[in-house]
Amino acid sequence: MATVASAEQAGTRVPKPAVRRRTWPVWRWMVLVIAALYFGIPLYAGLKFAGLKAFTQVTSYPQFGSSFVLSLRLALIATVLTLVLMVPTTVYVHLRLPRIRRVMEAITILPIVIPPIALIIGVLKVAPGFLISTPDLLGLEYVILAMPFAYRSLDSGLRSFDAKTLVEAANSLGAGWPATLWRVVIPNLRTAMLSATVLTVALVLGEYTMASLDNFQTFPVWIVNFEQNSGNVSVAASLLALFVTWLLLMLIVTLGGRRARKHGGAEVALFSVATRQTTQTAGEAE
Amino acid sequence: MAEVAPAAAASEVQASGARPGRVSGIVRAALRWAGVLPFGAYVALGLAAPTVAIAISAFQDSNTNAATLSNMDAAVHGTYFTGLQNSIELSIVCAVVPGIFGLLVAYAIFTAKRGSALRRVVVTASGVFANFGGVPLAFLFIASLSTTGVVTGWLKDISSADIWNPSALYNVNGIFLAYLYFQVPLMVLIILPALEGLRPAWREAAQNMGASTWQYWRYVGGPVLLPSFLGCLLLLFGSSFSAYATAEALTGGTVALTSVQIGALLNGNVIAAQENLGYALALIMIVIIVIVMVIYTVLQRRAARWLR
Repeated sequence: MATVASAEQAGTRVPKPAVRRRTWPVWRWMVLVIAALYFGIPLYAGLKFAGLKAFTQVTSYPQFGSSFVLSLRLALIATVLTLVLMVPTTVYVHLRLPRIRRVMEAITILPIVIPPIALIIGVLKVAPGFLISTPDLLGLEYVILAMPFAYRSLDSGLRSFDAKTLVEAANSLGAGWPATLWRVVIPNLRTAMLSATVLTVALVLGEYTMASLDNFQTFPVWIVNFEQNSGNVSVAASLLALFVTWLLLMLIVTLGGRRARKHGGAEVALFSVATRQTTQTAGEAE
Repeated sequence: MAEVAPAAAASEVQASGARPGRVSGIVRAALRWAGVLPFGAYVALGLAAPTVAIAISAFQDSNTNAATLSNMDAAVHGTYFTGLQNSIELSIVCAVVPGIFGLLVAYAIFTAKRGSALRRVVVTASGVFANFGGVPLAFLFIASLSTTGVVTGWLKDISSADIWNPSALYNVNGIFLAYLYFQVPLMVLIILPALEGLRPAWREAAQNMGASTWQYWRYVGGPVLLPSFLGCLLLLFGSSFSAYATAEALTGGTVALTSVQIGALLNGNVIAAQENLGYALALIMIVIIVIVMVIYTVLQRRAARWLR
């Protein structure tokens, strides 16, 4: 803890903990305490405001069930489509068209920066009638929203092993593309696919803007609509949503981290829009 | 690699098994692009087409579809201009304040050991709050600072005079406070990789030459980090500029912010004559975001010079 970055430093220099320890902790602990208070107090307030009873009540409302099922259905559609679309594309770009990687990065960052409120009204303008009448349109559009996370997880996953050599080896042993993808690439991408999946699921379960403009009562829309009946229940449902997502992510990061230490792969990245990978590619191109 | 030079082509033939030659070269080039076709088609339909539709509708009359500038004109006057102004001001404040605080938190985490529990908790918590907080967040703030909120109660106990005016939660100030809740974690997540790019060797070199901590940050760390930091501020700007869910859930759609105004214009209960005004506002948002992203890309390229 005393060194700035233990792993890198250990080899180059004997760390001098005494020097560092004197200068860091004061402001460091101050910052962390302020952050903990700022983030902890609303959570505590939420728990207290909702009261324990509200948590048991949440599940008893019929619309809780239907809205949650709708959100799960959208999450399933979005996740399956995201993986089916993004895994082959990312692998293909990585292996066969590496020079358009920057273009891919530029395209896949767009859904993060284009305001969802603008995107959804455009979508509702152009989508054919049979899609507008079903909530599945949201599932299709969530694939676009999840693209930045999915692409970056998969891309950094592909960088963590020597895909090119493995694929060439598989091909020269007579494996076709489907077999190579299924039996060589995908097993190596498991962590990346897992984190892409969790990020997509979490995104869909929490998405409000598009669903509310499309007038379908997904889980977050229900939470907001329900406030008129009971503020406590809305707060309780919000806390449940937050904690479930948090647990899911903790699980993934822990599992991914263990896997990474064992197999030397990449750590699970949670939000890698401006990661070192991006700057690395830019650096390579120069 | 695009020009299929014989040597390069030959080396790539092994995968597809085709013979080298001009015609098969063209066919192969076409086949190569076919691999990204599904992705391209999806993006064209799900992302490009809606954007084009917004741009067209913004310049059409809501009733007659005739070409007109009146939507754009209305979008930059009166309450909608106020909304734009509020959105931009709020986003600047919501970029700078969380940017600085998030940098400090990130640095505190960065100096903790990699893989330590503290780091894991903060990073995953940041992931949750930054990306998926929208609606739940608004309710946490209602629970804390509304009239019957828990923190409001504490403040009343501390002082007989009302330090906190609960109605302030439902305007731009309250939104600022709530936005911090996802902007700070977002900053932590996006600045961490840049911090990790600062090489310990640079610090050691500076120390060996007798530089103080201040001098290291002034002449080495600061300048290297600056483009990344500014780039992150731009992303934060974009994030709070685009945000809708928190503001909508917190204020019930009453606050004058562009995203909320678009929602109000197109939420079904619209005055039909103003529908395309919503598209005009959306187009303005997109244009502002595009400008921000162009600057961001330039900064990223500068950052890449040192951080790789």
